[in-house]
Amino acid sequence: MTIRPGRIAVHIALILYTILALGPIFLILINAFKTRRAIFADPLGLPNGQTWTTIGFDRVFANSDFGLYFFNSLTVTVVSLVLIVLIGAMAAWALTEYRFRGNTLLSLYLAIGIMVPIRLGSVSILRMMVELNLVNTLTALILVYVAQGLPLAILILGEFIQQIPKDLRDAARCDGVSEYRIFFSIILPLISPAIATVAVFTMVPVWNDLWFPLILAPGDGKQTITLGVQQFIGQYVTDWNAVLASLTLAIAPVLVLYLLFSRYLVRGLTAGAVK
Amino acid sequence: MAEVSLHGVAKSFGATEILRDINLSVDDGEFVVFVGPSGCGKSTLLRIIAGLETVSGGEIRIGSQRVNELPPADRKIAMVFQSYALYPHMNVYKNMAFGLKFAKTDKAEADRRVRQAAEILKLTPLLDRKPRELSGGQRQRVAIGRAIVRNPSVFLFDEPLSNLDAALRVNTRLEIAKLHRDLGATMIYVTHDQVEAMTLASKIVVLNQGRIEQVGAPLELYRSPRNLFVAGFIGSPRMNFIKGQVLRVSEEQAIIGFAGTEAAVDVRPGSVKPGDHVTVGIRPEHMEVEGAGSAPLRGTIDAVEQLGESSYVYMRLASGDDVIVRAPGETEATPGGTYTAHVPSRALHVFDAAGLSVLPERS
Repeated sequence: MTIRPGRIAVHIALILYTILALGPIFLILINAFKTRRAIFADPLGLPNGQTWTTIGFDRVFANSDFGLYFFNSLTVTVVSLVLIVLIGAMAAWALTEYRFRGNTLLSLYLAIGIMVPIRLGSVSILRMMVELNLVNTLTALILVYVAQGLPLAILILGEFIQQIPKDLRDAARCDGVSEYRIFFSIILPLISPAIATVAVFTMVPVWNDLWFPLILAPGDGKQTITLGVQQFIGQYVTDWNAVLASLTLAIAPVLVLYLLFSRYLVRGLTAGAVK
Repeated sequence: MAEVSLHGVAKSFGATEILRDINLSVDDGEFVVFVGPSGCGKSTLLRIIAGLETVSGGEIRIGSQRVNELPPADRKIAMVFQSYALYPHMNVYKNMAFGLKFAKTDKAEADRRVRQAAEILKLTPLLDRKPRELSGGQRQRVAIGRAIVRNPSVFLFDEPLSNLDAALRVNTRLEIAKLHRDLGATMIYVTHDQVEAMTLASKIVVLNQGRIEQVGAPLELYRSPRNLFVAGFIGSPRMNFIKGQVLRVSEEQAIIGFAGTEAAVDVRPGSVKPGDHVTVGIRPEHMEVEGAGSAPLRGTIDAVEQLGESSYVYMRLASGDDVIVRAPGETEATPGGTYTAHVPSRALHVFDAAGLSVLPERS
C-alpha cells in the first residue's frame, strides 16, 4: 500500500488537533499528582519522586461529599440520556413514519429548539421549578436536560430512521408485528450507530454543565460534580490540589462511557438488508 | 386457500388518481400476474391487496371476507418484496421465524415450519448466516421462505426477480413456478417483464395508467389483444403498427389498405365502415419471407440482427412506417438493400381510431 502525501497531511492535521484537545486534560492529570509548590514552579513537568503526592485526592475525599456529588452527576446524566434516547427515537419514528396533521409544524417547532439556546429561558425555568417545588432536586435538572437534548436527538435519529428501507417496516407489518415491536425490534437495533452518536453528543454537555446545577440545585446535597469542585475555588484561596484531583476523577466516567459508545459510532448495520 | 376479488377499487394520492374502478377476481390456486409499464399502478394494487395501502373506494375480499379494514397480518397474505426486505440484524433462521413469534405459533411448530421451508428452498446450511453474508439469489430465497412459513392463503410478489442477474432470474422463475405447483396457493405477482408474465401466469392482468386493459390467459392475450396497448405490450419484439384505411366492407370482411398493399380481414359486423382510419398490427414472427397470395411489404433495410436461430430485419417501408420482420437465421438481407416480407391476412390485427380491436371474438 502506498501512502499518498494527501493522507499524510490529513493525519498531521488530526494529530495536531488531538494534541491541542488533549493538552489541557493532560495538564490536569499530571498536576493532580504534584505538590502545590511543584504545580506553580513547573506546571508542565511530570510528577517525580520529590513532587509526587496524592494529597489532593485525600482532601477531596476527606473534606467534601465527593461520592455524593459523583452519584448525583451520574444519576442526572444516565437518566437524562436514557430519556432523551428513548423519547427522541420514538418521536423521530413518529415524525418520519406517520403522516398526521401538524407533522410539519411539530418538526419546525423542534428545529427551533436547536437554534435557540435553552439558557435564554433560565429565569422562567427557575420560576417554573420554584412553582413546581422542584428546586434542589435532581428531577429539575433531568427535566431541563431532556428538553435541551431532545431537539437535536430527534433531528439526528429522524435522518437515520428515514434511511431504513420502507420495505422493512412493510415486511414486518405483513409478518403481523405490532408498531411498538417494529420500533423496538427492528428500528432501534438498526439505528444503534445513530443512538451512540446522540448519546455522546448529549452526555458530555450534561456531565460538564455548571449553569443549571448552580441555579436549580445548588444545595441540599443535590450538587453535581462540577458544582462540588467549586467549593475548593475560593475568593482568596484556591486549593489547586483538590480542584485538579476532583477534575481528574470527574473525567473518568465520561471517558469510559465514550469508549463504550464509540465502538458503535462508525458501524453501519444496514448492510445486507436490501440489495 | 382463498380467492381474491376486487370490486370498483380506486386509489388516489391527493388529486392524482393512481387506480380507478378496478374489478378483478382471482380464483383459488390461480397464478395471476399484474403486468404493465412503470407507473401503471400495479405495485400499488398489490400493496392494496396486502393492506399496506388504503383504498379511496371499492371493496377487497379475500376468501369470503371483506378485508378493507383488516391490517396486513390478518389477511392471511404473505408478501415478497423487490428489495427482499430482510431484517439485517437477524440471521436467516430468525428472519423466517420472526413473524411466527407474533402470530403466537407454538415454538416447536414454528421450528418445524422454518426447517421445512429451509429444506424446500435449500437454505438449511445457511440458517445461521446474516443477510449481508448471502448472495442475491440466496437473499431472495430467504424472502420467499419467510413468506412460506406463514402458511398464507395468498402469496404476493412485488417484482421479486428484478434485482437478480439474467441467469439467476430464469432459475428463480422456474423455482417459483414449481413452488406454485407444490403449494397450490393463490399467487399474485407483479412484474414489468412480459416474459415473466407469459411464462408464470395462469392469468395475466395488463394494467395501464391505473386501469385494467385486459385480463386473460397468456396465449389469449397474445392471440387476441383487445386494444393497441395490449397488442404492443405483449410479445417481443413488439408488434408492428402500420397506419391503414378501410377500403370496402362486406358482411363479415373488410378490405384494408395499408403501406401500398391491401388485405381482406374478418371483422365484427358493423365495427368499421369504408373510409375509416385504422391501425394494422402484425407481429414480426408472423411475417413470411415467401408467401403466395398474401400482401407483400417492401422496404429498405435499416439494420439486421442475427441471433443464430433467426434474425430480425428492421426495414422502412415506402409509406414511412418502420417494421421489424423475423427472418430465418441465415438471411441474405444486408443494411441498405431492399427486402420483401409477406403478411398472411389471418395474422393481421386491426384496431379502430379509438385503438380497439375490430376483429371478431376468437374462441
